[in-house]
Amino acid sequence: MKVKLKIWRQKNAVSKGKFVTYDFDGASPEMSFLEMLDALNTTLIQKGDNPVAFDSDCREGICGACGMYINGYPNGPVKGITTCHLSMRYFKDGQTIVVEPWRAKAFPVVKDLIVDRMAFDKIQTAGGFISTNVGSAPDAHAIPVNKSKADDAFDSSICIGCGTCVAACKNASAMLFVSAKVSQYALFPQGKIEAKERVKAMIQTMDELGFGNCTNTGACEAQCPKNISIINIARLNREYFSAKIN
Amino acid sequence: MSSFLGSSVSKKFVMAIFGLFLIVFLLVHLGLNLFLLSDNPEPFNKAAHFMASNPIVKVFEIVLMGGFLIHMLWGIILQIQNWIARPVQYKQMAQTQISFFSKYMIYTGGIIIIFLLIHFTNFYFVKLGLVEGDHENFYGMAHELFTIPAYLIFYLFSFLILSFHLNHAFQSAFQTLGLNHNSYTPTIKFIGLLYSILVPAGFAIIAILLYFSN
Ligand code: FES
Repeated sequence: MKVKLKIWRQKNAVSKGKFVTYDFDGASPEMSFLEMLDALNTTLIQKGDNPVAFDSDCREGICGACGMYINGYPNGPVKGITTCHLSMRYFKDGQTIVVEPWRAKAFPVVKDLIVDRMAFDKIQTAGGFISTNVGSAPDAHAIPVNKSKADDAFDSSICIGCGTCVAACKNASAMLFVSAKVSQYALFPQGKIEAKERVKAMIQTMDELGFGNCTNTGACEAQCPKNISIINIARLNREYFSAKIN
Repeated sequence: MSSFLGSSVSKKFVMAIFGLFLIVFLLVHLGLNLFLLSDNPEPFNKAAHFMASNPIVKVFEIVLMGGFLIHMLWGIILQIQNWIARPVQYKQMAQTQISFFSKYMIYTGGIIIIFLLIHFTNFYFVKLGLVEGDHENFYGMAHELFTIPAYLIFYLFSFLILSFHLNHAFQSAFQTLGLNHNSYTPTIKFIGLLYSILVPAGFAIIAILLYFSN
């Protein structure tokens, strides 16, 4: 299988960067997209060139490290998957594939397709936790939890912090990420204790880091590999208003 | 308080509240415009006079004008921040399927501002005495304006753009205020769609009828 790859190459955070075209005929439909890039890198190394730098860790859609912008879609043209789950069978023989890093002020490019997503960690550190005494496991029935709320919290908690929402949003907004992180605690009694401080601190940090403002466009939800809904964003807004008023 | 107004979520809250206020006002305005269809200028002029003199309406008017200004200003500030948030654009245009109108709110909003400036010059500023005109006879002024084909075309175009703006704005305001639930959001979206079509269409139909009646 032959593909024409147009890949963003950038030596380091301060250099300018440009697109470089590779006519690569070592791909096959059975490969994952990242395996195809691995194969490309092998040929580049054999030629004495620098391999294309990209992030990946689990390669099974869990860690959220691998995101890249492929032919106008974060994580490629298939819905509900991370880049590592993208298969080459979704591309045609001879197709041109444009590969870019996430573009956002808050996610500066480190090298080639790797961006610094530390901003998400900073938001999480600002309030994405609960304070509790550790020790032996508490009695499972000590704090009753509403089942449907627990289900909603679970749906929010599967956010892997990959940054797809920021990459997809025309405003580079991180609201879907923050809303998932706020929701996963806000829905539980244990999370309610610090709910006000949490939501205020996380929104403040998000704003300070230079993410854009949500315009309810919904691209984040459409592209999220974990199908996180923007209902979470409405919940985040409610949490924020009630934290500010009370 | 300053931090409440300052955060991105708070600014959006203000946008949504004033946006909904303007949406309600639009319906009131459409109701008034219906009087333009009468052959008798009296009811429309009386209504216009009431709007200009009633003290409760005066308070409403100040809130309305403040609402317009803040909705515009906040919208522009938020948009500039959004442009800054992505300094380097993607080479490949975004392919994600999203609501078409939501992408162009700043542009449709900009056209509505131009329309409003012209509209205010024609009517509101006359009432305030800033522009010359017969502020006892808004009925006559409106009828006269709609004899001008270019004005009619501009008017219709503006309301088409307003329809696009409302298409996203209506349901978006509810989402911003934190109101999104599987049970009622589809209804909100449906009402928003109807509103964004029927209300601007109402203004447009009145304008067309006036043009052909003169
Ligand atoms: S490499 Fe872990 S999600 Fe893709």
